[in-house]
Amino acid sequence: MTGIVGYGAYVPKYRITTVEISKVWGGEGERIARGLNVHEKSVPGLDEDVVTISVEAARLAIRHAKIDPKDIEAIYVGSESHPYAVKPTATIVAEAIEATPDLTAADYQFACKAGTAAIQTCMGLTKSKMIKYGLAIGADTSQGRPGDALEYTASAGGAAFIIGEHRTVADITDTYSFSTDTPDFWRREGQDFPRHGSRFTGEPAYFKHVIAASKKIMERNSLKPEDFKYAVFHQPNGKFPLQAAHMLGFKKEQVEAGLLTPVIGNTYSGATPVGLSAVLDVAEPGDLILATSYGSGAGSDAFIIEAKDLISENRNPDPVREQIKHKEYVDYSIYAKYKGKIKGVYLQKG
Amino acid sequence: MTDVAIIGIGITQFGEFWERSYRDLITEAGVKAIKDAGIDGIEVQALYVGSMTPGLFIQQEHIGSLVADNAGLTGIPATRVESACASGGIALREAYIAIKSGIADIVVAGGVEKMTDASIEHATDALAGAADQEWEAFHGVTFPALYAMMARRHMLEYGTTEEQMGMVAVKNHHNGAFNPNAQFRKPVTLEEVMNSSPVADPLKLLDCSPITDGAAAVILASRERARELCENPVWITGSGQASDTLALHDRKSMCRTEAAVKASKVAYKMANVSPADLDFAEVHDCFTIAEIMAIESLGFCKLGEGGKYTEKGETSLKGSMPVNTSGGLKAKGHPVGATGIAQAVEAVLQLRGKAEKRQIDGAKVGLTHNVGGSGASCVVHIFEKEVRK
Amino acid sequence: MCGAHLREGGAEMTEGLALHWRLLQPRYNLIGNVCRTCGQHYFPPRNICPACRRRGVIEKFKFSGEGEVYTFTVVRAAPTGFEYQKPYVVAIIKLKEGALCTAQIVDCKPEEVEIGKPVKMVFRKIMADDDAGIIRYGYKFKLKI
Repeated sequence: MTGIVGYGAYVPKYRITTVEISKVWGGEGERIARGLNVHEKSVPGLDEDVVTISVEAARLAIRHAKIDPKDIEAIYVGSESHPYAVKPTATIVAEAIEATPDLTAADYQFACKAGTAAIQTCMGLTKSKMIKYGLAIGADTSQGRPGDALEYTASAGGAAFIIGEHRTVADITDTYSFSTDTPDFWRREGQDFPRHGSRFTGEPAYFKHVIAASKKIMERNSLKPEDFKYAVFHQPNGKFPLQAAHMLGFKKEQVEAGLLTPVIGNTYSGATPVGLSAVLDVAEPGDLILATSYGSGAGSDAFIIEAKDLISENRNPDPVREQIKHKEYVDYSIYAKYKGKIKGVYLQKG
Repeated sequence: MTDVAIIGIGITQFGEFWERSYRDLITEAGVKAIKDAGIDGIEVQALYVGSMTPGLFIQQEHIGSLVADNAGLTGIPATRVESACASGGIALREAYIAIKSGIADIVVAGGVEKMTDASIEHATDALAGAADQEWEAFHGVTFPALYAMMARRHMLEYGTTEEQMGMVAVKNHHNGAFNPNAQFRKPVTLEEVMNSSPVADPLKLLDCSPITDGAAAVILASRERARELCENPVWITGSGQASDTLALHDRKSMCRTEAAVKASKVAYKMANVSPADLDFAEVHDCFTIAEIMAIESLGFCKLGEGGKYTEKGETSLKGSMPVNTSGGLKAKGHPVGATGIAQAVEAVLQLRGKAEKRQIDGAKVGLTHNVGGSGASCVVHIFEKEVRK
Repeated sequence: MCGAHLREGGAEMTEGLALHWRLLQPRYNLIGNVCRTCGQHYFPPRNICPACRRRGVIEKFKFSGEGEVYTFTVVRAAPTGFEYQKPYVVAIIKLKEGALCTAQIVDCKPEEVEIGKPVKMVFRKIMADDDAGIIRYGYKFKLKI
C-alpha cells in the first residue's frame, strides 16, 4: 500500500491583515475579514519564491521521513507561480536536496490542485514499483490583482510529501478525481494577474467538483462522513470549506484542524497540502482522513488517507501550527514591495 | 646590490574630474615626476604602473603599454601591477626590485585610477572585485561592509568606540586642509562624522574614503645615478610585502592585518629601524577602522589600543607618531591604483622638508603602508633622508 | 573574467552561467571540504588544504548548516541588485564544524542580530540577473528561535 512516508510544510513569516489591505482600497476591513473568514495572509520575503518554499518544505519532509534523498526517484512540483515559464522548479529542488541525478522530474500546473496531482502521479509510480519514493510538492506565491477580492486571500506557502510504500506514517488507500473544462479562474501566458468569474467560481466550479469528488470517493469505498476523523478541503477562503463540509454531512470539528486559510490566506497549490500537513500533525493511528483539493479550470482530487501506527512514533519535527506562530506583520507598502507589485522593484541586477 | 632612491615625484590633483581622462591623469603625473627629477624621458629604462581595475572602470587593459605610449616612452618594458588597492605600493616595490637587482638604474613607478567614468553603482561593483566574488560579493557584501564587520569585532574584543574611529576622520580632514592636491580640503567635526549617513553599521559616510580620480608617479634611481642627478634623493631603505587569505572569513583574526604585520617586519629589518625611529607614516585608511588596525599592526601602539592612541592625539601632526599628514585616503582621496604611489610622494615631500603647513619638523625616517582589499595583500616601505651603512 | 561583463546604463556585472553551475552544491547544500590529513574543515571549498598542501588528502564534506554569528554589519548603502533589500544584515557565520563563511541573515530585524547568537541555514534567492536572466539561489541564515 502506498502512502505518505514523510511530509513538511513551509509558510513565510510575514503577514498582512485584511484590515490593512482594505485601508488601501476603501473597504471595511473587519466586515471583509468576517465575510471571507480570512483575517491575515502570509507574504513571501523579497528573496522567497516557489523554489525556495519548495526546498524548505522538501528538506523538512526528508528530515521527517528519515530517508536517503538519493532514493527519491521522482519529483513533481505543482504551482501557478513557478519562477520560470521554462526551466523546472523540480530540478532545482532535486539539486537542493541532493537527489540528483537518478530521477525523473517535472513541474505541474493546474491552478490550486497542481500539488495534489503530483501526489497522484507519485502514487502511481510507487504502487507500480517503478520507483522507491516520489516527492510531490504543492507551493505558490500567488498574485492577487490589486483591489480585487482575491487580493485579500492570495498568499504564499507550500508542502511536500514523500510518497512510498515503506514505513508510511499514513496510507493513501484510494484517490479519485473529477475533472471538467470549467472557465472559472484563469491566467493567460504573460499576464501578471489572473481573472475570475466572480460568483461563477462558487457553485459551478468549487462546489460542483469538491462535492462530486468527495461523494464519489466515499461511495466507492462504502464510507460515510461519520467514518472520518478529519476532512481537509481546498480552502480559497475560510468559508467555502465549511460550506462544502456542511453540504457533504461533515461536522465543523472535523474540518477545523485542516483549515489554515483564516490565518495564512490561500496558498493556492499549497492550500490542500498545507491543510493536510496540519491534520497529519495531530492525527492518531487509525484516524481516517478525507482530503479533497480543487483547481480552477477545473478539477478536484480526492484522497482517503489512513493514519498508521508510525504517525505517533514519528511526529513531524516542525508542525505547521507551531511554524505559523512566528510571524511579523507588514503594511501594504512593504507587502507591495515584497510581492513585486511595484514596477521595477525586484531582486535582480538589471 | 645597490641602494635605491627616489629622485623625482609627480602627483595630480585628486578629485572628481569630468574633463580629464585616465590617459590625461597618468601622463600629467609622469611628466611632473620626470621634470622634478631633472632628467629626460629617454633615460627612463622601465615603467611599472599600479592600476586596480581599468578593465571594469573604462574597459581598458594592456595598461603598461598604454601608459608608456601616452607618455612618449614607448619601447621600454612597461608592466601593469595589480593587487587591488595595493597596486600602487606593489608597483613601487617592483620598481625598487628592478633597481636593487641591477637590472635597471632609472625606473618610473606610477599609479592611476579613473573611477568616475562609470556610475557610482558600477564603481562600487568594480571595487568589490577586491573581495572574494564567489563567496563575499555574491552575498551582497560591500567594502564598507567588510570593514564594518572588522570594526564590530575590534569593538567587541578591545572596546574601540565609534567616536575613536570618527577621530581618525577628523584628524585626516584637518591634515587634508593643508594639502593643495587633496580631494577634500575642509576640516570636519566629530559631530559631523557621527551624524553622517550610515553606510554599513557602524561605519558612516565620513568613516569611508571617497571615489576619486587621480594619478601619481615617482622616479627611482640607483645609488650611482641618484648621486649624479639629484641634490636631495630620498632613500628607500626597507621594503616588505605579504599576502593573506582573499576572503575576510578565512583570516586568522579579523582585528589584525596579518599581512601588514609580516610586511612591516621585513621592511623594519631591512632598514634596521623600529617603529620608535619613525617620524611619520602614511597608512592605508580606506576606512577609519583601517587606520586604527594599521597603527596596531605596524607596531606604533599595542594591539587593541589603536583607538585610545588616536584619541590621545598621538597620531596628529603634533603627536608622537604623526599618521597620514597628507590627509590619508580619507581626505586626500583614494584613486585606488594611485594611492600607494601618492603615499610615497608624501613621504618624499616630508623628507625633503617640502610639506609646507603639514611638515613634520626634522623628519628623517618615514613609512608607507598600502593594503589591498580587506587585507589580502600589504606592502610597506621605509624611506630615509640618508642612507645608513 | 569569463562571463563577467559591465553594461552601461544599467547595473549588471554577472557571473557566468557555468561558474554558478559549478558552485551549485556548495551554494545550495553547504558542501565544503575536510582534510583527512589534519582534520580541518573548510567552507567555502578549496582545491588544496592550506595547512597540509601536497600532503593533504582533501574530501567533500557536507556542513550541517548550524552555526553562530561571529560578526555582522547592517548594509545601508547597497551594491547593484541589492538596493531593495536594504537595510540587510551581512554576517560572518562560524559554522558548527569550525569553518567561517559570509552570508546574509534574514527573517529578523537588524536590531535582533548579536554576535554569538545561534543561526541555521536557509535556502533563498540571492539575485536574478535581470528580467530574462537566471535566478541564483544559495545559502542565507536565520536566527534560531
